[in-house]
Amino acid sequence: MKRYSALSLLRNALDYNRKWPTAWRSPEPKKSYEAIIVGGGGHGLATAYYLARDHGFKNVAVLEKNWIGGGNTGRNTSIVRSNYLWTEASLLYEKSLRLWEGLSRDLNYNVMFSQRGVYNLGHSLQDMRDIERRVNANRLNGIDAEVIGPAEVKKAIPCINTSPSARYPILGASLQRRGGVARHDAVAWGFARAADALGVDIIEQCEVTGIDVRAGRALGVATTRGPIAADRIGVVVAGNAGVLAKMAGLRLPIESHPLQAFVSEPIRPVLDTVVMSGAVHGYISQSDKGELVVGAGIDAYNGYGQRGSFPVIEHAMQAIIELFPAFSRVRMLRLWGGIVDICPDACPILSKTPVEGLYFNCGWGTGGFKATPGSGWAFAHTLAHDRPHELNAPFSLDRFASGALIDEHGAAAVAH
Amino acid sequence: MLLIECPWCGPRAETEFSYGGEAGIARPADPDALSDAEWADYLFYRSNPKGAHRELWNHDHGCRRWFGVERDTATYRIERSYVLSHTGSDAATGSDAATNAGTGYSSGNGD
Ligand SMILES: Cc1cc2nc3c(=O)[nH]c(=O)nc-3n(C[C@H](O)[C@H](O)[C@H](O)COP(=O)(O)OP(=O)(O)OC[C@H]3O[C@@H](n4cnc5c(N)ncnc54)[C@H](O)[C@@H]3O)c2cc1C
Ligand SMILES: [Zn+2]
Repeated sequence: MKRYSALSLLRNALDYNRKWPTAWRSPEPKKSYEAIIVGGGGHGLATAYYLARDHGFKNVAVLEKNWIGGGNTGRNTSIVRSNYLWTEASLLYEKSLRLWEGLSRDLNYNVMFSQRGVYNLGHSLQDMRDIERRVNANRLNGIDAEVIGPAEVKKAIPCINTSPSARYPILGASLQRRGGVARHDAVAWGFARAADALGVDIIEQCEVTGIDVRAGRALGVATTRGPIAADRIGVVVAGNAGVLAKMAGLRLPIESHPLQAFVSEPIRPVLDTVVMSGAVHGYISQSDKGELVVGAGIDAYNGYGQRGSFPVIEHAMQAIIELFPAFSRVRMLRLWGGIVDICPDACPILSKTPVEGLYFNCGWGTGGFKATPGSGWAFAHTLAHDRPHELNAPFSLDRFASGALIDEHGAAAVAH
Repeated sequence: MLLIECPWCGPRAETEFSYGGEAGIARPADPDALSDAEWADYLFYRSNPKGAHRELWNHDHGCRRWFGVERDTATYRIERSYVLSHTGSDAATGSDAATNAGTGYSSGNGD
């Protein structure tokens, strides 16, 4: 791999940028691999990277049906934070946040991780009590968190409406200063390039259409580019998890829903942090290009189409204008949807399955972008050792039978 | 916006309805006989198909009655609405209304 540096930028600029090497190869699939990762989103690519880097896997492929990062990885609002309520969840997300903090250097790729802080607003006495409880829980787990009042919110975010007569008055917020945003495409590309340099085959336009299970063991996959055998298969396909599970004769406690986001025309810098409100169902930040990036809630119905309904967009927009009346004149430019994999306890599944050699990493639902490096790191460990790391052991499939759910609905400000 | 046909009120906008999740999940007839895995399946596991899906909707801003809808989850095309049967002759449909009314995990924000 040619390392990127200030010097290489300069040298290539002198060559009119015509001589950059390709960032990753596009090899033909081999007949068999030590490990196959199905799904070339951030989580799948990160899994392959850590398998090669930390566990000595030399023969790994990532199979992606479209282009890498074209799923939820490239469709999300890119908020990164670790202030979840329950210890199991906060430790997993915090592992990820720590990896984010060194990621650009690890990958030699600028993922533009910007720790501009994340505010979770409280609009009622109960919201504020929940916020205080969560902040205290975070601190006990060594995670930075603060409770702040409306005056401090106003000082940090001058264009927000903190009037006590607002329909949903702002009574305060939790603030995680180490939270922020990252450039989602760069995360996929950075992991892909670094994994490729360690020998991982990244195979795009290769859809998995079947999983070969014999006598309780997964032996390989059928794809649109022919059958491929593997010792271990890790499935990391977000909203399509149910489709892949069915190929192996499995069911999952997951339902797929559309989730939408949109961006405005670029405007002058006005918002230098991230604002979320679970109560009014909206979250917003401003991209480096100046676009307001706004996320909505999920559509209530199951859906595999990468689009949702207009009322949901309207609802999110109402919430944003309620918080930022000045944005009412801003025009929206683009809007899209992703398919998110919703778990009953709003927590992911990183787990072995009843089929030997077959592992699932899914259920991240509306909030898995922040977990990309940590999820790949823990899932690589699970595949390599055929058992979970202690960080992801609580996120196994058996929690739905044992009852040890990790209820992050609402608690983590993921809305209710 | 989906145009949903209420069997009693006719075609109405999606915003008049709320979603009740997968249809045809029968409440266990003998709860004590179920293993933990069977309980998990009843409570949490769903078929979540890409394609034809039978689901529950409630016309909560109209006649407030539950009914079934057959919809394609990939194209969102609605094939038909149907009245839930309460005869018990078809265990799956018979208990629709009683079992999952309002259990859809409905709200969640991305972040
Ligand atoms: C609108 C929106 C806003 C969001 N906002 C945030 C946020 O602010 N912060 C946050 O933390 N999270 C957010 N999320 C959630 C986050 O995007 C996801 O949890 C995360 O990106 C999932 O990554 P992934 O790699 O698992 O999935 P994906 O990026 O979806 O990757 C899965 C890949 O699998 C491929 N695939 C599917 N089926 C097959 C097959 N049969 N064969 C081969 N490949 C296949 C797909 O093409 C896809 O590329 C948001 C999501 C959406 C949709
Ligand atoms: Zn009606």
